[in-house]
Amino acid sequence: MNVLVVLIPVSLVLGGLGLAAFLWSLKVRQYDDLDGAAWRILIDETPPDEVPRDQ
Amino acid sequence: MSLVEQPGMVSCPGCAALPAEGVRDVAAPQVIDLALPGIHCAACIATVENGLQARPEVGNARVNLSQRRVRIHATGAASVEGLVDHLAGLGIAALPLDTATLGGPQDRAARALLMRVAVAGFAMMNVMLLSVAVWSGATDATRGMFHWISAAIALPAVAFCAQPFFANAWAALSARRLNMDVPISLAILLAVAMSLYETMMGGADAWFDAALSLTFFLLAGRWLDQRSRSAAQSAAARLTALEVPRVIRLIGAARETVALAEIAVGDRIAVLPGARVPVDGLVQEGRSDVDHSMLTGESLPMPCVPGDSLPAGALNGAGALTLGVTAVGEDSTLRRMASMIDAAESARNRYTALADRAAQIYAPLVHLLALAGFVGWMMLTGDMRHALGVAVAVLIITCPCALGLAVPAVSTAAAGVLFRRGVLVKNGTALERLAGIDTVVFDKTGTLTDGVLRLDVGQLPASAAQIALALAEGSTHPVARAVAQGLRARDVAPAALRNLTEYPGLGLGAETDAGQVRLGSAVWTAQASGTTSGTGPGVWLTTPSGAWYLTLDSNLREGAADTVAALQAAGIDLHLFSGDTPDAVAPVADALRIQAVRAGMSPAEKVAGLEALARDGRKVLMVGDGLNDAAALASAWASVSPGSATDLARVASDVVLLSHGLAELPVLLRVARKARARSVENFGIAAVYNMVAVPLALAGIATPLMAAIAMSASSISVLLNALRVRP
Repeated sequence: MNVLVVLIPVSLVLGGLGLAAFLWSLKVRQYDDLDGAAWRILIDETPPDEVPRDQ
Repeated sequence: MSLVEQPGMVSCPGCAALPAEGVRDVAAPQVIDLALPGIHCAACIATVENGLQARPEVGNARVNLSQRRVRIHATGAASVEGLVDHLAGLGIAALPLDTATLGGPQDRAARALLMRVAVAGFAMMNVMLLSVAVWSGATDATRGMFHWISAAIALPAVAFCAQPFFANAWAALSARRLNMDVPISLAILLAVAMSLYETMMGGADAWFDAALSLTFFLLAGRWLDQRSRSAAQSAAARLTALEVPRVIRLIGAARETVALAEIAVGDRIAVLPGARVPVDGLVQEGRSDVDHSMLTGESLPMPCVPGDSLPAGALNGAGALTLGVTAVGEDSTLRRMASMIDAAESARNRYTALADRAAQIYAPLVHLLALAGFVGWMMLTGDMRHALGVAVAVLIITCPCALGLAVPAVSTAAAGVLFRRGVLVKNGTALERLAGIDTVVFDKTGTLTDGVLRLDVGQLPASAAQIALALAEGSTHPVARAVAQGLRARDVAPAALRNLTEYPGLGLGAETDAGQVRLGSAVWTAQASGTTSGTGPGVWLTTPSGAWYLTLDSNLREGAADTVAALQAAGIDLHLFSGDTPDAVAPVADALRIQAVRAGMSPAEKVAGLEALARDGRKVLMVGDGLNDAAALASAWASVSPGSATDLARVASDVVLLSHGLAELPVLLRVARKARARSVENFGIAAVYNMVAVPLALAGIATPLMAAIAMSASSISVLLNALRVRP
């Protein structure tokens, strides 16, 4: 049973990481436009301000 | 952001009718928000963003497809009208939104709620895992340790997540009322307190998981509720007027531009061609044609001459006018309409939502049951700890998931289905009220007709048509525009004319080689009105070779005929209340086969007409768009306005149809009925769960495991049922 001393904190930390990741994604407004994000991957052109610089 | 905030714009119809002065700093960069009701795919996103960014004054444009909206960062040189026109050129319909009120407190409240949902979910899952170990047989020190860890997670999580419930419950109790949040708060607090006590005493049962899952499910419902309301409201209520009411005041020969609020009775003001009349007044100089359609529903502009009085809100035609101000502020026509709306709305606010009505019965029942369990077990056994355990179990098991989760989930699902079709549900109880509709009252101008006139050429010879076109193109008067458009569509080429002149309030005149030609009213063209060969509204054309009457009909709005037919097929009683003349109303009513027609109605008569229908026990849906309909929209059982409606009408109505004309009206009613059916089913499902679980809890044999299963199962089944709302 001593393994619990390790496993419970580990599980809490992992869960906490997930929670922190969610709160971060909420903070940077990733949920503002779910429909748009799904469609945007179909737009081919590279936006002008994201053209690779090393070419 | 260059737009100064305009508080109260949405909540007060008077402010919407007379928006506060918006100060615009031309040099500063600005943020413009536009609603795009028609966009739906990647191509639309690319068209809008690339199209806008191609304009020099636009720095950045970002489409939000979920909210059908684009946010534009632009320099001060950009105008909202210019961008809307530019998008219209790309085939995208856009409507301006009030940037100052978007992303405000409601947005922040929704995000704060979502954060609480996330924390509650995290805590619930971890405590649930520890509980599984306890349920599967952990004992003694291990069980004690698991309970202590659960307590360490649950206490801060409940303290943070359940705050909205505590705050609402406290507010209700301070007002000596009971609402749904009182039993919720009581259940959460009692469960946590008792579990902590049990944990300290080394007891077998702790209810931390139940307290947390109750918090989680109810927060999820609260969030859905918040989201469905704010998304639609922000878009519908915040469509703003483009015009800022600046007034040109005349002092002797000098002119100065002042804010509307500075105008007093007795001032003289100038109304430019094409401008809206800012205050009630008497025409002192000038002649023009004035469009009253937004105020009265009349489809054709009325000529006006010195001595006529004009109401605020009318649209001036081609002539410049000088007005003596007769009423401002509280006395003006617009304010009187706004106060009529206020009076009408207070009546509607008496409607209680289905969930609130259920809660009024449910909340005391839950408390009585829990109290009965506590008192009963105290008298039977005298064991305080056990009696309290029974009371907590009853409170938790009767968790009002159907009220807190199912109804918001149904309205979110229904509002989402409608939103994707361009229908914005602004009011939280609108769908419930729409579900009971048995009568629909339509306005004519701007609602059933789209306000665009269609020319009926009749027997007009080609040479006369060429002259008519050349004359009509010399004016921006709606009738002239309709004539020009109608003739252009028939491939008529304009004749050559000399000395083309517009005479405001009368018509147009010019000369040809053969002599004088005129287009305009009967007086202007020297035709006695009795000799007309045409019926309905129209315009006379006189040339040296003869005189003709050109008839103008109102265009029926897209989908109006299908909508009316579908509503009639559904057994709904249809009425037409119009402020227009009987001559103009009759053809529309005939074309749509509406029997109950009343023409020439004032706004007060429309309200009275609706009240008479309501006294007959009818649930009336009012569909209208003008200022003259606003009071009727507010006083009807439910109301709908098209996206092209005036601000005041949109503010006063429950639902705004942004796209597809009226075609979505039958869908709206169908979805509303399904949504109500789903809500009632959900109450049934919750009642069944309670009927099974409450006796067990009262008997004292409910365990935390049973509570967890009953609560999760009922929450998930009501959620799944809610998602079945489809058009």
